[in-house]
Amino acid sequence: MRCFIGIDLGSTTTKAVVMDENLQILGRGITNSRSNYDTAAAVSKQEALIDTRLTLFRRALSNVPEVSGKVDDILSDLERNFRHVQFLEQLEDLQNTCIANIKGPRFAGREKVVIEALEGTFSRLRDSSAAQYAPGVKRKSDFFRDLAGAEFMSHGEAVCKEAGLGFDLILNVYDKSIIEVENRPPAGDMEGKFVRALEKGTMTGSSILAPVQSALAIPLEETYVVGTGYGRVRLPFPKEHIRSEILCHGLGAHMMYPDTRTVLDIGGQDTKGIQVDPVGIVENFQMNDRCAAGCGRYLGYIADEMNMGLHELGPLAMKSNKQVRINSTCTVFAGAELRDRLALGEKREDILAGLHRAIILRAMSILSRAGGVKDQFTFTGGVAKNEAAVRELRKLIKENYGDVTINIDPDSIYTGALGGATFAVRAVVN
Amino acid sequence: MSKPEAVKEPSMEMQKAMIARNYDAITSKHETGRKVSSTFVPGNLNELLMCFDIVNNLPEINAIQAGMRKASGGYIMEAEKSGHSEDVCTYVKADIGQMSKGNIAPNGKPYPNPDVLMLSYTGCYTFMKWFELLREEYKCPTLMLHVPYEGDGHSTKNMRDYIVKQLKEVVIPGLEQVSGVKFDIDRLRQYLRNSAKAEDNLVWCLEQGKVKPSPIDAYFGGVYYIGPIFTAFRGTEDAVSYYEMLRKEVQGRIENHQGPLTPEGTYFNDQKYRLIVEGPPNWTNFREFWKMFYDEGAIVVASSYTKVGGLYDQGFRHDPDNPLESLADYCLGCYTNLNLPTRVDLLAKYVEEYEADGLLINSIKSCNSFSAGQLMIMKEVERRTGRPGAFIETDLVDPRYFSAANVKNRLESYFQMIEQKRRGGGSKTVAA
Ligand code: SF4
Repeated sequence: MRCFIGIDLGSTTTKAVVMDENLQILGRGITNSRSNYDTAAAVSKQEALIDTRLTLFRRALSNVPEVSGKVDDILSDLERNFRHVQFLEQLEDLQNTCIANIKGPRFAGREKVVIEALEGTFSRLRDSSAAQYAPGVKRKSDFFRDLAGAEFMSHGEAVCKEAGLGFDLILNVYDKSIIEVENRPPAGDMEGKFVRALEKGTMTGSSILAPVQSALAIPLEETYVVGTGYGRVRLPFPKEHIRSEILCHGLGAHMMYPDTRTVLDIGGQDTKGIQVDPVGIVENFQMNDRCAAGCGRYLGYIADEMNMGLHELGPLAMKSNKQVRINSTCTVFAGAELRDRLALGEKREDILAGLHRAIILRAMSILSRAGGVKDQFTFTGGVAKNEAAVRELRKLIKENYGDVTINIDPDSIYTGALGGATFAVRAVVN
Repeated sequence: MSKPEAVKEPSMEMQKAMIARNYDAITSKHETGRKVSSTFVPGNLNELLMCFDIVNNLPEINAIQAGMRKASGGYIMEAEKSGHSEDVCTYVKADIGQMSKGNIAPNGKPYPNPDVLMLSYTGCYTFMKWFELLREEYKCPTLMLHVPYEGDGHSTKNMRDYIVKQLKEVVIPGLEQVSGVKFDIDRLRQYLRNSAKAEDNLVWCLEQGKVKPSPIDAYFGGVYYIGPIFTAFRGTEDAVSYYEMLRKEVQGRIENHQGPLTPEGTYFNDQKYRLIVEGPPNWTNFREFWKMFYDEGAIVVASSYTKVGGLYDQGFRHDPDNPLESLADYCLGCYTNLNLPTRVDLLAKYVEEYEADGLLINSIKSCNSFSAGQLMIMKEVERRTGRPGAFIETDLVDPRYFSAANVKNRLESYFQMIEQKRRGGGSKTVAA
């Protein structure tokens, strides 16, 4: 079947969306952007294609009367097993890479013991991985680095201790190798992995097997790919396949909420106020100037300044009942203002509430420059996940523009990629 | 290392030689005994200064030159060190900073002190403060020509008389005194005749932006086209020949269906977007900025910046039969002296007449005079013409204010937005 793909290369994460020619979303994928944009694009695309397969399975199974009511379980079982197969494959790659990296004076004469320790560690990792993918277990992360890393630490330490070997020796090899593995485009053969996952699974009854295998046999043909986001120029695409993220966010928001007229996107590096017409065409936009004050990065700095995780800022700010006025959205000044307020004995939650307000005030100014807020209003970008920012935004929108509908989609992180995929469909289908 | 030199056309070479000659005239004042004035581009009285054999030095142009040579950043920092605020017009700071760094002209020789500051005030208060600073430094007389602002969108006889009166009673006697040369109105008439000739050809060239593909770029190319007429050459035989040459070049391109030359030396024929641009360009990253346009197929067919020193395309010409009156009209009608509705009218008219895809505004961080009201202008022009506008922000000569990624992002979005609108966006395929 013809697949249309949008890839949004953001500064921190890369997202992909796969669509069919009827503009139905088939799959979504996400990965860390890290250092290598090409890999990030390849990984997110592959993730979205995996998700697409799952959608196709779902469609196939929905016609099977015997499994009615059980499709969700079957699919989650299948996905779990698939992820496990995928994990094992990457683990093997990691093991081989680690072994290949055992060279140099550091290891001279000790290669054999180190290799044995590594093999022992990886063997335990393989065994324990089954538990990570057991039914009902909530995985801690979607990223291989996080999942493999934690286990490697505990098993590696134990193995080294038993062997009387310094753990730092294999840790060092691991650190070097994980980056290589991460930056390697993932191996293909998605179908093969699904077959292995099916074999692993418990539900291989023929009523399931046949429809799943026929869904698996549908070729996924990459008909057109559109790239967007800050890293877009780094994509190995011809120019016609690249769209600015302003247009992609406008169109993506329109696809989610066809009646939306105003879109606010607060991303890591910039803030955009966008007006779209009834068919999703951008009419007007404004964005912050060269200074990234008030964007997602600003919150990152604040989190660092307060020694907190980015995701903790919103919840803490929500606890405030007295807002401190922060006048500066300038990243540098805000740090100073923050320390000053803390020194004056203000509470952290109150200061944070003030900071969130400062960000939203700046966004309000960009919105008004773009022509104000019209019904319906859609908020996208990473900051849309921050409840304290959302609370301020709702307040200020109401004060300034009255009762407009405010949309915030749980999948809003995919807005740009969704717009990209829609452009891809339009490029071919029109 | 620095980028290769821009490919130059014969007219550009000629202009380059003219500018070099003028810098030599300025910096050799002590040998020649000629007097030097400093004055501004909008509303300048070049022909009048020529009547007194005064050499014309333009601090704004010096700042631009410094910007293009990448020297302005250092000058601005120098000025800031001596207490000038970050927000002040960077032409001023480039000029002031240059002074404290030896005041070296592009030919390597020091600028001499001016003998007179000829302040023709046309809409920007910064001019006055700037010359106050220079007067403090150079201790030379300042001749102020006050030009009333066209607040109602047009000038009156009263305003014109007021300027003529100042010319007769203040400016001309003042220049006679500084130079020791007696004013001769027939000499002025002759210069004005030259001006009008050059202006005719300039207007012809600028109007060729209506041709498709456009044989000119009315912004990045335009700043070269207006060079002689807006600076020390209006009224000279040199300017007359320059514009004759320019006209021939443009004519030649039309015959060959060619666009203008880009700095890379290729003809820009594949023109996808036709734009009207409002606001001055960025000078520190001029080439990079220009490239962002032609790489995307965007040609500027008309701009307001090419009108800062006079709206010749709207019919005005220097007039040898009414010399002082026409100088007055000239000052009144330059772009910085127009009120906002007039600017909107003009820009909307350009969008229509030049069949442009829309209006792009380059808002200058440190120039309040140009920038105030620009967003309103954009919205109003969009409303009237039904064509999309866009807004970018840079600075004149402060390299710290140019964010290439940000500008490029906005430009590309704008061009794609135009494209999308043209195609009608494929509304049929939007899922129900
Ligand atoms: S008009 Fe703008 S650029 Fe010119 S002197 Fe005034 S402030 Fe500076």
